[in-house]
Amino acid sequence: MTAISSDFSSAPVLPKWTAPVLLLAFAYGVVPLIGSSYLFEAILLPFLALSLAGVGLNILTGYAGQVSLGSAAFMAAGAFAAYNFNLRVEGLPLIGSIVLAGLVAAAIGIVFGLPSLRLKGFYLAVSTLAAQFFVQWALTKFSWFSNDSASGVIDAPRLSIAGYALDGAVGRYLFALTIVAVLTFLAYRLVSSQTGRNFIAIRDNETAARIIGIPVLKTKLLAFAISSFIIGVAGVIWAFAYLRTVEPDGFDLDRSFQILFIIIIGGLASIRGAFFGAALIVVFPLALSRLGGFLLGDLFDSGVLDMSQRIVLGALIILFLILEPDGLVALWDRIRRRLLFAWRST
Amino acid sequence: MTFLSTIKAAALSAAMIVSVALPAAHADEQYFPLQSYRVGPYAAGGTGFFGGFIDYLNLINIRDGGVNGVKLTWDECETQYEVERGVECYERQKSHAGAAAWNLLSVGIAYAMIDRITADKVPLITVNHGRTDSTDGRVFPYVFPLLLNPYSETSGIVNYIASKEGGIDKLKGKKIVVLYHGSPYGKETIPIYELLAQKYGFTVQQIEVPHPGNEQQSQWLTIRRAKPDFVVLRGWGVMNPVALKTAVKVGYPVDHIVGNVWSNSEEDVIPAGDAAKGYTAITTQASGNSYPVVQEIVKTVYDAGKGNLEDKSRIGSVYHNLGIVNGILNVEAIRVAQEKFGHRTLTGDEVRWGFEHLKLDPAKVEALGAKDLFHSINVSWDNHEGEGYVTFQQWDGKKWNVVSNWIAPDWALLRPIIEKSAEAYAAEKGIKLRTADDADAVTTN
Repeated sequence: MTAISSDFSSAPVLPKWTAPVLLLAFAYGVVPLIGSSYLFEAILLPFLALSLAGVGLNILTGYAGQVSLGSAAFMAAGAFAAYNFNLRVEGLPLIGSIVLAGLVAAAIGIVFGLPSLRLKGFYLAVSTLAAQFFVQWALTKFSWFSNDSASGVIDAPRLSIAGYALDGAVGRYLFALTIVAVLTFLAYRLVSSQTGRNFIAIRDNETAARIIGIPVLKTKLLAFAISSFIIGVAGVIWAFAYLRTVEPDGFDLDRSFQILFIIIIGGLASIRGAFFGAALIVVFPLALSRLGGFLLGDLFDSGVLDMSQRIVLGALIILFLILEPDGLVALWDRIRRRLLFAWRST
Repeated sequence: MTFLSTIKAAALSAAMIVSVALPAAHADEQYFPLQSYRVGPYAAGGTGFFGGFIDYLNLINIRDGGVNGVKLTWDECETQYEVERGVECYERQKSHAGAAAWNLLSVGIAYAMIDRITADKVPLITVNHGRTDSTDGRVFPYVFPLLLNPYSETSGIVNYIASKEGGIDKLKGKKIVVLYHGSPYGKETIPIYELLAQKYGFTVQQIEVPHPGNEQQSQWLTIRRAKPDFVVLRGWGVMNPVALKTAVKVGYPVDHIVGNVWSNSEEDVIPAGDAAKGYTAITTQASGNSYPVVQEIVKTVYDAGKGNLEDKSRIGSVYHNLGIVNGILNVEAIRVAQEKFGHRTLTGDEVRWGFEHLKLDPAKVEALGAKDLFHSINVSWDNHEGEGYVTFQQWDGKKWNVVSNWIAPDWALLRPIIEKSAEAYAAEKGIKLRTADDADAVTTN
């Protein structure tokens, strides 16, 4: 036993940043060269957008302990704000509209975060539903938001940064990847800062946090603001880089649940968890549906296949959570430790 | 050297064989990527429409051995009417060789695909729905809202209401409520109702029912207060029977409700039971299974055990017949294009040319076994709708009965509005307006 613990306590051979940097190098250097348009359009772009939304929600729910069911509303706010800034402010660069869109989402997040000062847990979750319904209602009700387009669907503008067009699948992928990488890095810095520790303190024991002098009110609203900012930018990626059309119905309650499931399955209070969870939520149904179509496509129609996939997916998620209630991140770390241990003991 | 050159020669000849053999392997297949939905709130529409479409393709394959020997193939990808699933399906299916045309049944997905299919040069067929201004072929070369775009439908409904009131001048001072589905599809006609209301002097109140529409108490209470002369039901899926049942509950007479082209099926009225008796709806294709083409499908496809509908009582239902009509339009467009480009697998752009020259007059429709199933179509390079006629049918509790002649919508009135909207889109997107010559330049490989 002593041998094991000494093994674990020994510092890892490589510095902590090696894995993310290698991953980024791969994502920038290799993926654009080998990826097909299917990989970008159907897998990586939704994965990046939902991962970022997961990172945002994880700050609020995982770290600061405030449950929210309004994530899709903040995505919608971000997407529509970016569209309108881009449309109505002449000469504003794309990055400018994205940052402003994030700020709009943050402002809406603060407003709908106010109940958190009084409400906790499920009650707070229900009150964030108000954001979900209100934002969707407002975007549908006032056609100004969609530039009076007849059907309420708006086309995403052309993506270009400093005159360089990013309209191809690879361009949009790099655009999304860069935003996600930057914001994820900032989120990572945030949670290991004093503010991040304040979030955790409030999550674990609000009274104790208040006693040691953490400004609970301000910190909670800050968590809402930062989280909504990130989710809003995720909404911009979803609308501009992935779907390239925006309609309020695309940001319904189902999407909010999806993001919540991403962080629960991936691992609460973990930046990596959002990526694991999003990978599972995006890739797994596709893999299952292709496998199902490949094996049984001739026997059953697509409706039957789709239904059975849902059953399998649901069962697997339950199985995951029973085996590892702390999410995929914990599962991953355990597997890695086992491998490391097996490798060292040989 | 000699060894190397032998290898080189062998490699070259192998490459030659492969390059010759590869197209030949696909030479007699034309592929239809189907983004269908068989589960979810709109499954009734999806199974009926795609069932009819597949049944017709099967008929052509079994009876004629394909279109001039070119076999029709397809596969389905389940979208559940959700945009992101539709995009995934598009990416999954587009790599398949020999795609003829995209046939979906969702305005939301269609919007997301317009840029993509235009870049790929493969037509996108949105029969009876879609984006109205895509009728303008100058701006949307690859999008075809065949038979009936939403504005024509609106014009047809308003003209029908006028005829019930005794003439278009009698509309003055009348009140019409439009109850629409809260989706891109539902909202598409908001501006045209406003415009027609101004033009003819009636007042219009448009009320949204949020997707999917299984709760409409408050909307119908509003309608009861408003006391309109007519209610236009612009519904979809479960919203329709709920609307009819709620109308009865609040005491609104059902024979003053006029359904639009996606509120006109058996699946919309049967669940409403007696509440639907007397309800009228617009259609481009009659229901019933007495038409020769439907009979042939029963004989050739269903009796051979290859029918797509699980419930055979749905053969000849409104959605099934729409699928069959959609099949006829697609197959005939391929036939037109084959006469020009040869009896082989066509490129998407060649099929686009075929659609732009798709002209089926009533005689031709009769020859196809579809007399009275639908009227006619006349697509051109700049009119992608094709002047479809509409008719009205009334539900008697058991079946739909046609209660009007074939009516032409007021295309002359609508065309300038459509052109204006399309030109605005072109300006926003930086699209150069296409000319007749551009339309004849076809990418053949």
